[in-house]
Amino acid sequence: MEAFLSNIDRVVDGFSWTVRLTLLSALFSFVLGILLTAMRVSPVPLLRGLATAYVESIRNTPLTLVLLFCGLGLNSALGVHLSGTVALDVFWWAVIGLSAYTACFVSESLRAGINTIPLGQVEAARSLGLTFTQNLRLIVIPQALRAVIGPLGSVLIALTKNTTVASVAGLGVQEASREMKLMFDQGVAPVLPTFLGFAIGFLILTLPTGYFFGWLSKRVAVVR
Amino acid sequence: MTSTPLVVLENVNKHFGDLHVLRDINMTVNSGEVVVVIGPSGSGKSTLCRTINRLEPIDSGTITLDGQPLPAEGRGLARLRSDVGMVFQSFNLFAHKTVLQNVTLGPTKVLRTGRAEADKRGMELLDRVQIGEQADKYPAQLSGGQQQRVAIARALAMNPKVLLFDEPTSALDPEMVQEVLDVMTDLASEGMTMVVVTHEMGFARRAANRVVFMADGQIVEENTPDEFFTKPRSERAQDFLSKILTH
Repeated sequence: MEAFLSNIDRVVDGFSWTVRLTLLSALFSFVLGILLTAMRVSPVPLLRGLATAYVESIRNTPLTLVLLFCGLGLNSALGVHLSGTVALDVFWWAVIGLSAYTACFVSESLRAGINTIPLGQVEAARSLGLTFTQNLRLIVIPQALRAVIGPLGSVLIALTKNTTVASVAGLGVQEASREMKLMFDQGVAPVLPTFLGFAIGFLILTLPTGYFFGWLSKRVAVVR
Repeated sequence: MTSTPLVVLENVNKHFGDLHVLRDINMTVNSGEVVVVIGPSGSGKSTLCRTINRLEPIDSGTITLDGQPLPAEGRGLARLRSDVGMVFQSFNLFAHKTVLQNVTLGPTKVLRTGRAEADKRGMELLDRVQIGEQADKYPAQLSGGQQQRVAIARALAMNPKVLLFDEPTSALDPEMVQEVLDVMTDLASEGMTMVVVTHEMGFARRAANRVVFMADGQIVEENTPDEFFTKPRSERAQDFLSKILTH
């Protein structure tokens, strides 16, 4: 354990990248997820179809494949670069892949939330003269979000753990699990304490997330 | 009372699948008039009410409001709806907004009224329906009767040309019906143009200028409340009245 603790700065550095990947992907997947949801309930059939096709195809593709497509496909084979430095280039590709993937789950959660809103409220908003987008922005999305805070917490926890795929799926992005593997390979610390240490590191990130979202969901719940 | 036609329905037809719910409806509501629509359930009266602000699209015929035909979609329709207030059977207050926010949402977001002015007018309306003290509560904290009065204030806040009531007291506990009917009676006496779908015959007698009796998607009979309740002409109306007035 001592050998592990003497490398604690490497562990912290690894997790700092995990946190960066998670937060940025959470932000982008949230925005994209709301957009997809808006498209899926819109009165325009083309938008509905596009969003449904996107969600159904990406949601049913393994994350490893999505990230490999970003890393090997778009980044290496097609040579699309997002940054001059390799480390940042693959980092941003990982953020894009994780966001594209996670947005589907955000969208599915929100859509479930929309189904909890009585149709009458939407009709009432319409009868006041609110447009479709105002209705969505002021009545539907705020209530749908509150209804699915808990499930969104689960999505965020899954995202936190999914960042570990980014280092193995063609991108080699720096994050906690990659640091762990490097420490194994370099033999700087015994395997079991290292495993345990990183596992605890993930718990430190995800357990409070779960509790926070549980608390938040009770706090903002809409009473009917 | 003036007799300018405000809402005019001509040859309106609507189907739900195979069911012909509105059959050649012709109806005119004049400015300042209170029209009560009654009839057995399934007669199409709620659907009729909902077509006037196009919550239900129609298959054929025309509906005009203040001389203008209802636009089919988009901003034009939204603008027209802002002139037609609607009060629903199940209140449909916005559950995540306070009572006052429910009332000011339309004015601030649709009419672009300033916040301070909208709040002031909102409070006036809430006081008018005697619910001013509850302004900061959420809908779930109010009784059904209180919620329905908020819904009326919310509709009034848009300064509508006409108010539609779709069975406003049908979801209320009996002891709360009167407080809502009182507000509606006041509005009627102040000259608000109203179309009211209801089973409250007392209200129809007291406040209506005209009673429209519907059955099987058709307007069977139209008359003043006095004439209609004392001397119904059609057999359907006689039958309907005999059923509801005997118990």
